[in-house]
Amino acid sequence: MSSLTFSLRDAPDQRLDLSPLISQNLAGRTAADIERIEVGTTRIRVLAGDIFRIRKGDPETIVIEGGAERFDRVGMGMSSGAIRVEGKVGVEAGRLMSGGQLTILGDAGPFAGSGMKGGMLDIDGDAGERLGGPLSGETVGMSGGVLHVRGDAGERAADRLRRGFILIEGRAGAYAGSRMIAGTLAIGGEAGDLPGYLMGRGSILLGRGASLFSPSFGDCGEHDLVAARLLADYIAQTSAKLASLFRQPLRRLAGDLAALGKGEILLPNP
Amino acid sequence: MPELTANGIAIDDTFAEAFDMRATAIVITAPTERWAAQAATTMTGFATSVIACGCEASVESILSPQQTPDGRPGVRVLMFAVSTAELQRQLQNRVGQCVLTSPGSACYAGLDSGEDKLKLGDAIRFFGDGWQIAKRLGARRYWRVPVMDGEFVCESITYLTKKAVGGGNLIIMGESPAKTLDATEAAVTAMREIADVIMPFPGGIARSGSKVGSKYKGASASTNDRYCPTLKGAVDSALSPEIASVLEIVIDGLTSDAVAQAMRAGLAAIIELGPERGAARIGAGNYGGKLGRHHYHLKDLVP
Repeated sequence: MSSLTFSLRDAPDQRLDLSPLISQNLAGRTAADIERIEVGTTRIRVLAGDIFRIRKGDPETIVIEGGAERFDRVGMGMSSGAIRVEGKVGVEAGRLMSGGQLTILGDAGPFAGSGMKGGMLDIDGDAGERLGGPLSGETVGMSGGVLHVRGDAGERAADRLRRGFILIEGRAGAYAGSRMIAGTLAIGGEAGDLPGYLMGRGSILLGRGASLFSPSFGDCGEHDLVAARLLADYIAQTSAKLASLFRQPLRRLAGDLAALGKGEILLPNP
Repeated sequence: MPELTANGIAIDDTFAEAFDMRATAIVITAPTERWAAQAATTMTGFATSVIACGCEASVESILSPQQTPDGRPGVRVLMFAVSTAELQRQLQNRVGQCVLTSPGSACYAGLDSGEDKLKLGDAIRFFGDGWQIAKRLGARRYWRVPVMDGEFVCESITYLTKKAVGGGNLIIMGESPAKTLDATEAAVTAMREIADVIMPFPGGIARSGSKVGSKYKGASASTNDRYCPTLKGAVDSALSPEIASVLEIVIDGLTSDAVAQAMRAGLAAIIELGPERGAARIGAGNYGGKLGRHHYHLKDLVP
């Protein structure tokens, strides 16, 4: 059975909340039903059918043809199936997803994978700030799954990460891994200032170091860690390029000693 | 008793009687095969019989770096006990005292599924005194415990199977100790090619087969006098005059089928060696079929 396809008619006039367009919501619904789903965010009512031409297909595999920076909350809360967006998306893509595969072939806005609990979020382009992080008032960010960014990520990537993997092949902005509770963040390019700021536990792997390290990390020297082999093998399932950076002895910085101090930054010698 | 002859070797018309057991498996890795084997050998010391050791354990196979979770040389160890609680106790004591302590070692689950779980790293992690780090990779969770040569990596749990069988056996009888030992060693070598079995006695061989009970209070087992060649003229011996030495191979397996396969391989090796260089007769130990529900008749296993 072919994919259920949403083909963008024209650039949207307002920000859209596309969170209803997930497999578990669309199963058993006709194309006409789906066209009547409200996706607007202003007083002007917007239906899915106004924005997309819909071709019926298997709701377990959804394709959104054409993207827009105004496509917010794509795949939010999805628990199964696959969604592929052939373009860019707005804020909170894959927020709170617990399963399935969300693929974004363009850039993603802030809070992509926010509070994600499981599944796989793959962003082909760049990601905005607070990748996987919590919204205001939330205490925990991403708590499971794998979040993979092939491009760069904005500031505070992996903020409050609790569990799971955030893999950034490019660079990351300042405060990557800030306030991390646990989990693993790997960055292939150079990280911005102060990675791991106030992290309690967890691992940050930096392939090409950072522009500025916090003095509140203690240098534990270089080690050929068995755990790094396991981490690299696991990362390689998603990104062999990123994994290759960590298949060597790594310097271990323990911290953030200004907080709990049981986390670590691992980095190869330059 | 012998009814069947194969390549000049008499095969008793009897059966090995074996019992249900609980079993688990772990994989130990190290920077070199020598150190992986050292950790495993230490861990499986004094683990020949549940009668007094608490468990029966041995190395099941040597693993290449491509077969281990961390890409280093390794070994797979099987461990058998009579209860889940005893298996858990033996596992954590032996891993804690013998694998954790071995240079460069790491420890992983050797079974990917089973009826129940056993704590592995979950029981050892406290050695880290708060510096231990948990790392979940997909469905697996590992503990990293800081130690003086780096980190001890240990998977959080392993699985146990309740389908395990302990006590499969062959009794090898020969005209001299040397020929009997040669035949038995040939059998053990062949059995080690079979997956999911161990032969827990020294070098896979027991020379002191036992019977249930004793004339002395407090001893649950005593020498199997009917198979002792030096008592041939004094007891109701099971041995004919030409038999001068008897050895036993005890086989524990994760499944009944694995035990049967190992016995079949052992029998084939002994038979192939022939009576001139090896055994004159092969038997098996049982308790009349009343104690264990697994019966392995030699006539069904002879190639």
